Amino acid sequence: MSISLKAAAKDLLVVDNLKTYFPIKAGLLQRVVANVKAVDGVSFTIREGETFGLVGESGCGKTTVGRTILRLQPATAGSVFFDGEDVFAKRGGDLKALRRNMQIVFQDPYSSLDPRVPVGETIAEGLEIHGVTSRRERQDIVLEMLDKVGLNPYHANRYPHEFSGGQRQRIGIARALALRPRFIICDEPVSALDVSIQSQILNLLRELSHEFGLTYLFIAHNLSVVEHISDRVGVMYLGTLVEVTDRSELYHNPLHPYTQALLSAIPIPKPGMRRQRIVLRGEIPSPINPPSGCRFHTRCPFAAEICTHEVPLLEEKAPGHWAACHFVESVGNTARLQPAVVHPPENISS
Amino acid sequence: MSTTNNASAKQPLLEVQGLKTYFYTEDGVVQAINGVDFTIHPGEVMGLVGESGSGKSVTSLSIMRLLPSSGKIVEGQVRLDGKDLLTLPEEKMVKLRGNEISMIFQQPASCLNPVFRIGDQIAETIMVHQDLNKREAWQQAVEMLRKVGIPAPEKRATAFPHEISGGQAQRVMIAMALSCQPRLLIADEPTTALDVTIQAQIFDLMRQLRDDTGTAILLITHDMGVIAEMCDTVAVMYAGQIVEYANVATLFDQPLHPYTEGLLAAIPTLGEMKETLAVIPGSVPNLIHLPQGCKFAPRCPYVKAEICTTNTPDLRDITPDHRARCYMRFPETAHHWAGVGKANWQFKGDEVLVEVI
Repeated sequence: MSISLKAAAKDLLVVDNLKTYFPIKAGLLQRVVANVKAVDGVSFTIREGETFGLVGESGCGKTTVGRTILRLQPATAGSVFFDGEDVFAKRGGDLKALRRNMQIVFQDPYSSLDPRVPVGETIAEGLEIHGVTSRRERQDIVLEMLDKVGLNPYHANRYPHEFSGGQRQRIGIARALALRPRFIICDEPVSALDVSIQSQILNLLRELSHEFGLTYLFIAHNLSVVEHISDRVGVMYLGTLVEVTDRSELYHNPLHPYTQALLSAIPIPKPGMRRQRIVLRGEIPSPINPPSGCRFHTRCPFAAEICTHEVPLLEEKAPGHWAACHFVESVGNTARLQPAVVHPPENISS
Repeated sequence: MSTTNNASAKQPLLEVQGLKTYFYTEDGVVQAINGVDFTIHPGEVMGLVGESGSGKSVTSLSIMRLLPSSGKIVEGQVRLDGKDLLTLPEEKMVKLRGNEISMIFQQPASCLNPVFRIGDQIAETIMVHQDLNKREAWQQAVEMLRKVGIPAPEKRATAFPHEISGGQAQRVMIAMALSCQPRLLIADEPTTALDVTIQAQIFDLMRQLRDDTGTAILLITHDMGVIAEMCDTVAVMYAGQIVEYANVATLFDQPLHPYTEGLLAAIPTLGEMKETLAVIPGSVPNLIHLPQGCKFAPRCPYVKAEICTTNTPDLRDITPDHRARCYMRFPETAHHWAGVGKANWQFKGDEVLVEVI
């Protein structure tokens, strides 16, 4: 996919053909025998102030995308531009300055906080690293952050084990926010929380994005959650993006067969709602040896001969709506999936 | 509780009455379940929904008498086809498990023995409960694998657990659980650890098997979407008690208990594009030191301290097929809430609405 690098001034993050492979070593000499192709050519942009949702099932590479963008994981190929600057080219002091603006909220509220450090210090840690030397000033910011996330000043002196999962996640958000970043990656921030706590955190994230003008990359496997909080959504499958569009369009006009199957598979809390259920055949293949051609062809109800050897590119099929499928065609101002082949369904129920 | 036409006779299959299970720990007595009543009819799919600490898993473990040593069923009755399970000698209970009542759990991979082939593990269940030799049991195991949609079952039966995926492992568990045609299958969060497209496959399978064999299912989950798709009846649990119990359509159409109402409004639903989600303030109570009166009162936007925090409301029929545990719905106290509108559930999170000791 070609990305115009003279991207609009509003594009805060540009990801271009990102690849992250994890080598598998074997044998006496520990030679690389294969690679887990966790991310295999992913490109997208996020506009300033936008919440971009990245959704997909296990092994699709969405978490690796997030970690690679922040350089918590080295990339194998491709580039990332933050506010026009090449993230992978940064070194030393420049990298540190960049990192101030790119923060992360982790999935597991239990393992992402140092259990031996009072949470106030955890929140302040980034401040100290980035040169906020005055203790007084750090304290003030910590108290301000605790307040913003709905916690009390006395919480600053407590240890992580004294908090519930939801509260710990708030602390993680306070930590990410303390440096007033422009961009925060939320990596499955609510997956480990009970439903009634999830809504607290989702509302909080939304509020903070309005108040601080934040840009989010929101990574999750739960499409209902992603659709709720995102402006635009990217759907990943086995290391590649298969569809990208705004949330309303994704729900009302999903183009890629995988997206259609994903939407139809999600249980909706509305009994009696009759839906066209697309049940996918088989299992998700291994990212070590992804299928040839279109990676989805082994499970796709519409796979044809071309799909087995030719990789479909992620292309703009309708304004603002990208899909990677040989059978998605532009029709006037919109687009449609026009399959040539339909395989008989297995185990489909109404 | 009347059900859809999937349930046959009016004779209940499983009756749970006044069940109380406590855990005796160093920190105190954890009142995990505190008076649970429900009925399942043959062929019915009943959902038990609740969040962490609600007691839904403990309920199923109590029915199966698989509690850890610190847990004790202190009160109540569990009757399968009329016979009381709680007073059954352990040898008889062993004969029942896997045979008349089966159970599948959340992490299928950790329920399979890693050093035995899958076919052997299913055959083992069959040989324990039926009078078949090894070869015959193996044949039946392969048949079960075929029934649960495992391709090339004769070959797959020789595989070891680490050679199959999570979705396939759960199918193997279902095969094992259904191999002796149980009357009741208890499924405790069977798809929580699986991807959503695999989840859809598993639920389709369970529905099909239920249609084919008439097995009733007790489905435990935290996901209201799953309840809507799979279940005929549903019981909502909170802090060790059932707070609402109804047919699925009725519950979603008109939730009576404030917790159910809040829960439904807190879930992001595909296609609804809500601006903000409902927030249930506070957090679940400590099961060692439960608040007096209604256990949900400290978090309830409709709470009236004088009424709600003295005595625990009982679970009552508000309409013939709809039970709720809430003074706001009882005829003798409902008038206190006359004119009270729907709560907007716009809280931040840690608010305490009423102090209850």
